[in-house]
Amino acid sequence: MDFLTLLQVLDTTIRLATPLLLACLAGLFSERAGIFDIGLEGKMLASAFLTAAVAAVTGSVLIGTAAGIGAALMLSGIHGLASITFRGNQLISGVAINFLAAGLTVVIAQSWFGQGGRTPQLSGSARFETIDLPLAGEMRGDIPFIGPIYAELISGHSLLVYIGLLAVPVTWWVLFRTRFGLRLRAVGENPAAVDTAGISVVGLRFAAVAICGLLTGLAGAYLSTGLQAGFVKDMTAGRGYIALAALIFAKWRPWYALGACLLFGFLQALALRPDVIESTLGFEVGVQLLDALPYILTVVILAGFVGRAIPPRAGGEPYVKER
Amino acid sequence: MTHLAKFLGATAALAISAGAALADPALVFDLGGKFDKSFNESAHNGATRWAEETGNSYAEVELQSDAQREQALRRFAEAGNNPIVTVGFSFMTPLEEIAADYPDTKFVIVDGVVDQPNVRSVIFNEHEGSYLVGQMAAMASESGTVGFIGGMDIPLIRKFACGYAQGAKSVNPDITVLSNMTGTTPAAWNDPVKGSELTQAQISQGADVVYAAAGGTGIGVLQTAADQGILSIGVDSNQNYLQPGKVLTSMVKRVDNAVYDAFEAGTEIETGINVMGVNNEGVGIAVDEHNEALVTEEMTAAVEDAKAKIASGEIEVHDYMSDESCPSLDF
Repeated sequence: MDFLTLLQVLDTTIRLATPLLLACLAGLFSERAGIFDIGLEGKMLASAFLTAAVAAVTGSVLIGTAAGIGAALMLSGIHGLASITFRGNQLISGVAINFLAAGLTVVIAQSWFGQGGRTPQLSGSARFETIDLPLAGEMRGDIPFIGPIYAELISGHSLLVYIGLLAVPVTWWVLFRTRFGLRLRAVGENPAAVDTAGISVVGLRFAAVAICGLLTGLAGAYLSTGLQAGFVKDMTAGRGYIALAALIFAKWRPWYALGACLLFGFLQALALRPDVIESTLGFEVGVQLLDALPYILTVVILAGFVGRAIPPRAGGEPYVKER
Repeated sequence: MTHLAKFLGATAALAISAGAALADPALVFDLGGKFDKSFNESAHNGATRWAEETGNSYAEVELQSDAQREQALRRFAEAGNNPIVTVGFSFMTPLEEIAADYPDTKFVIVDGVVDQPNVRSVIFNEHEGSYLVGQMAAMASESGTVGFIGGMDIPLIRKFACGYAQGAKSVNPDITVLSNMTGTTPAAWNDPVKGSELTQAQISQGADVVYAAAGGTGIGVLQTAADQGILSIGVDSNQNYLQPGKVLTSMVKRVDNAVYDAFEAGTEIETGINVMGVNNEGVGIAVDEHNEALVTEEMTAAVEDAKAKIASGEIEVHDYMSDESCPSLDF
């Protein structure tokens, strides 16, 4: 594998890892506050649809993204209402959200645009254009090694990629360096203690679920308007579930989440280039194996072979003040 | 109670006899709906063309769920509609079950095979159409590398790839044909993001024409090909309009012709397997205002020549599904 091919594979890695990363951080906020969220997939899908639809109608991707985030927030609200206010089963509520999004997006798209459950193809300002960082063109040829890395790998992504990467340190700072973060983590470990301290458990959990909606909204917007130029039914294709696997793989920590998502993205990128694998390793590796690896790795982690993944202690349980 | 049952029976019998006199044909769309810009819309176009040309009418229904398939077929059969045309392989199971209950009604299934005496099964020679677009791809390619991106890795899609590779190699025996499948689960039909990345990967391996036979995933392939300034080829219906001026052509399955033929034949329709290939305009290439400038005279000549030779049997396009192997492409 030559240097340029490696750069191309890594470039693909970043593009494929970004929706995983945003969804993974979304799940991180939610699960750290004790709300398991199987519905990442559905929220991404709803946001992907509404972003593309509103961008197609208004011609502005930013208005579209705002609408997409709104859609994800609404589904988050439903999840919160069901699992926090009414103390329902979080997993069932999440699965319901996935079904709701998968069905509603196609039905609305069909009655809105009449193109077989798609949105029209977007162009111009209705899409996120790639951003060329300053000096990318000059550095490509002038500086060996660093130049191509900067020009090919770091520069030339859409805005949401940089937002996604920036969200990692921000998440770390919010969760581990602010009062809000401490309380949010506490509510996922021992909500009774938080309640005793006079802080609203319900309020904190709703805040976490709302942040989750915001981030899945960005992930969905990136899928339909950053990577693609329109919505196609079921276009998330299981990325919400891979993000959940990455979250467990990362043991519910922001920096580890970045690593896990980049690793899973890298595996997906490799699966696209069977020729590269064969020329590097000298033998063929099944594409199916590479596709399955994220899940296999997660099972290995869960089984406790490589360190232990301990979920937030109060995760999955609705908080009941008095019994 | 008995009175009610008798009354109902009598009205049902009346309805059947009244309906039988009508004998309008009927068309049942699949879940994609009438205006899906693809398969179903093509069927709809064929039916409306027939209605306009003959001045007759037909019955139709758009299904909302899988459970309605059998119900819709029975309703039409009992109302006396004949023939009843169903679009899509998903009708295979319900048709197997109910065809024998209505021996006097003729059924047509497009894109599937049902072995019943009163069913006509229309199947398409996709490999022949793919051969034609493979030729065009090889002629349009300047790099000597063309790509194929399939949806789910199933024999049907390999049939597309195999015909495409054979067509490309007939023009340029030294051409490199790259082939990737999106996945091995049904999610592979609707993953445009992966389609885009596969296109990028093929471009970095030198491909400058890519053929997508991948359902919704193909939307991503066409998009990325257009963004990166290479040509793409659409599939099933005419997809040239999706990226005007950037789609070389589309390999079209003429579902409209299948429906038109069935309606035209009426109750006298021949049952059994009906193969739609290049010889009877069942598959072909799409040329319209969006790709006119891309299609050269040599391409048109080569395609017409190949069509004639395939029809006469001089060129035999290999059907992957006949022996699960492909002489022109390794999977």
